[in-house]
Amino acid sequence: MEFWFSERHTPHVKMSIRVDRQLYSGKSEFQRIDVFESPEFGRFLTLDGYMMLTEKDEFVYHEMMTHVPLAVHPHVRDVLVIGAGDGGVIRELARYPEIERMDMVEIDPLVVEVCREYLPQTACCLDDSRLRIHYEDGLKFVRTCQDCYDLIIVDSTDPFGPGEGLFTLEFYGNCFKALREDGMMINQHESPFYAEDALACQRAHKRIVESFPISRVYQAHIPTYPSGHWLFGFASKKYHPWKDLNVEVWKKRNLACRYYTPALHRGAFCLPAYVEELLKNVE
Amino acid sequence: MLSQKQAPIYEALEEFRRMRIVPFDVPGHKRGRGNPELAELLGEKCVGMDVNSMKPLDNLCHPVSVIRDAEELAAEAFGASHAFLMVGGTTSAVQSMILSVAKRGDKIILPRNVHRSVMGAMVLCGAVPVYVNPECDERLGIALGMRPEAVEKAILENPDAKAVLVNNPTYYGICSDLRKMVRLAHSHGMLCLADEAHGTHFYFGEGFPVAAMAAGADMAAVSMHKSGGSLTQSSFLLIGPAIQEGHVRQIINLTQTTSGSYLLLSSLDISRRNLALRGKEAFAQVIQLAEYARSEINAIGDYYAYGRELINGGSIFDFDVTKLSVNTLDVGLAGIEVYDLLRDEYDIQIEFGDFGNILAYLSIGDRPREVERLVSALSEVRRRFGSPGRELLRQEYIEPEVAVSPQEAFYAEKESLPLEKTAGRVCCEFLMCYPPGIPILAPGERITKSILASVEYAREKGCLMTGPEDARIQRLNVLKGEG
Repeated sequence: MEFWFSERHTPHVKMSIRVDRQLYSGKSEFQRIDVFESPEFGRFLTLDGYMMLTEKDEFVYHEMMTHVPLAVHPHVRDVLVIGAGDGGVIRELARYPEIERMDMVEIDPLVVEVCREYLPQTACCLDDSRLRIHYEDGLKFVRTCQDCYDLIIVDSTDPFGPGEGLFTLEFYGNCFKALREDGMMINQHESPFYAEDALACQRAHKRIVESFPISRVYQAHIPTYPSGHWLFGFASKKYHPWKDLNVEVWKKRNLACRYYTPALHRGAFCLPAYVEELLKNVE
Repeated sequence: MLSQKQAPIYEALEEFRRMRIVPFDVPGHKRGRGNPELAELLGEKCVGMDVNSMKPLDNLCHPVSVIRDAEELAAEAFGASHAFLMVGGTTSAVQSMILSVAKRGDKIILPRNVHRSVMGAMVLCGAVPVYVNPECDERLGIALGMRPEAVEKAILENPDAKAVLVNNPTYYGICSDLRKMVRLAHSHGMLCLADEAHGTHFYFGEGFPVAAMAAGADMAAVSMHKSGGSLTQSSFLLIGPAIQEGHVRQIINLTQTTSGSYLLLSSLDISRRNLALRGKEAFAQVIQLAEYARSEINAIGDYYAYGRELINGGSIFDFDVTKLSVNTLDVGLAGIEVYDLLRDEYDIQIEFGDFGNILAYLSIGDRPREVERLVSALSEVRRRFGSPGRELLRQEYIEPEVAVSPQEAFYAEKESLPLEKTAGRVCCEFLMCYPPGIPILAPGERITKSILASVEYAREKGCLMTGPEDARIQRLNVLKGEG
C-alpha cells in the first residue's frame, strides 16, 4: 500500500511524506486538523493541509524560537505566546525557572485538544502552573495589553487563513505597545526561498522594521518546511540580538539542546547574501 | 409556480452552457477564445457566461420569460408590485425613478444630502428641487434625516410638487420617519420615492429600520450590489401599486443598455435567492459583528462609533446598526486622514472618510478576523498619529440657494472662472467629494465664500474631488453675465 501525505510548496513543487496511518482528522470553526504517523518523521500535525510540525524536526523550530531571546534578555518574567497550540514553545519556555507567567493565546481550542491527545512530545508542559491558555484571537488579545510583557513569541501559521492578522502592521504595533521598555518579540518569519514565501517574508520584515527600533532576522534549517530554510524575526526595544548575548550566563543554566548553541546563535544571524538583499530592500 | 428557491436567469444560463451553442452573435470574444488574456483574468466560466440576449435567455428591454420570472421573484422577495433588474448601477435606478415621475418644471421635495444621481436626473428632465434642510449633528458634523414638520412645511408651500424623495438610510445610516413621509406625501396627492442605495438589507433582516415598500412608498432604488452581495453595477428598481409598470419600463429603456450583462443579471438573481432564503440569519450576524466592532472601537478611547443612542424621534428617527460610522475628531485626525492612514499604513480600505467621520462598510461577506484587524489598526492609528486638541473643521450644513433649475444652469451660457473668483456666482456644474458623492455644489446653486472654504479644506485634507469640467478643479463654470 502506498499512502502519502503531500503538500504543495509552490504550484510546481510538492513534498511528500510516507504515512503509516492517520491518527486524527477533524474540522474546527477555523480549520481542518489532521495528525498522521509516518516512518520517517514520526507523528506530524497539519492544519488545512499545511505542515505544522513533525516529531523528528520540531526541536529545531521550538529551540530557535525560545533560546535565542532568552539568551539575550537578562530577566524575562512575563511571556506572551501567540498561537503555539501544539505546546512546543511552552515546553522550551518551561525550562526557565525565572519565568513567572506564560500567557498563551490560541484561537483554536481543538488544536490544543488534539495535540494533548496525539502529540505529547510537544504538549507535555501545557499543564505548567505558570501557564494560562486564552482561547481567542491573538490580535484582539494583544490590543488591550500595555507594558506588561518582557517577551512575545509569535508562533503563527502562514500569512493566509486564520494566521493572517498576525502578519500585519497593526499586530506588530500592538505587540510593541504590549511590551515593557526592554521587551522583545520573536516571530516565525516564513522562508526566503520560493517567490511567494519570500514576498510574505519581506512584507513582515518591512512592518516589523516600522514598528521596532531593532529588527533582525535569523535562520534555521527545518527539513519539512518549504525549502527547508526558515527565518525568524528578532524585534527588540533595547537589547541587541548578538551584542547583548550573554554566553556565560546561558551556559551556566546547563540546558541540553539539540540544535541551539550560543555559537550557533551568532551564526544564525549571518544570512545568505540573497536574503540580506531581500530584507534590505524593504528596510 | 415560482418559488424563492429558484433563480431563473442562473438556471437558464446553466442550461444554455450545457447546450454548447455555437456563437455567431455578439459578444465578439466568443466565450473568451478571442481574448485569452481576459479569459485568464476572469476565468473561463465567467467569460463563457458573458453572452447576448437570445430567446432562451430573454431580453432585458422587454422581458417575457426568465428575466420576467426573476423580476417577479424579486418583487415578491422585496414586497413590491414589480421589480426591475437594473444593470447601470443604482444611479440608473434613481434616475429612472425620477424620470418616471417628473418632467420639466415639476418640483420634487428632497433633502440636500442626496446622491449626485438624483441631481443628475433633474438635469436630464428639468425638474426643480425643493430642498428640506436635513439637520446637521453639531458634534459629528453629518447631515441627518428630514423632520416630518419640515417636509410638511415644504409640501404646504409647494402644493404642486410631484414627489417627496427620502434617503433610506443616508450613507451614515440615518433614517427619517419614512412611514410619516409616505402619509404626508400621499395625503397631498404626491408620490413618495426612496433612495435605498444603502438599505437593501432592510428588506431581509430583523430589527432594521422600515424598508420603503413596507412603508408604502411608491418607488425605491435598491443597491443590491452594496449590502445585498450582487456584482458591482447591478441594482433593483422597485415600484408600488400606484405606479404603472409599462411606463417605468419605457423610461428605463430610454437610457439603459440594450446589451444587459448576464453576469450582472444572474448575480442579481442569485443574490435575491440567497437573501430570500438566508438573509435573516446572514444579517443577524452582520448586526452582531457591527455591534461588537462598535463596542471595541469605543473602548479604544477618543473614537466615537455611534449607534442607536443618536435616535431623537425627528431628524434621526431610526438608525441602521450595520453602518459602522466612526467620528474621529477627538483623536485629532480628520476622517479623511484616518481613511488614508488605514489604507496606506495598514492595507485596510474603508468606504469613505469625510471631515470628521469614517465609514466602514460591513456586509454578509465579513468575518470576525477582519473586524479585529480594523479595530486594532484604529487603535494603532490613535497611538501613532493621534493628536488630541488639534484644530479640525466639522462639516456644516450650508443652506443652498437654488438660483435656477439644475437643467437650466447646466445647459446655460457659461464662463469658466478660477475657483476663488466664483463667490456670488451661480454654479453650472457639480462639485463633490467622492465618496460619498453628495454634491457640495449642484448646477443652479449660488456659490458662497463658506462653500469655497469648505472645498479648500476638503482638498487640503486629501479628499478626492470630482464633478467639474476642469479635472484639476481649479476652475468652475458659472452662469455667464450674471453677478
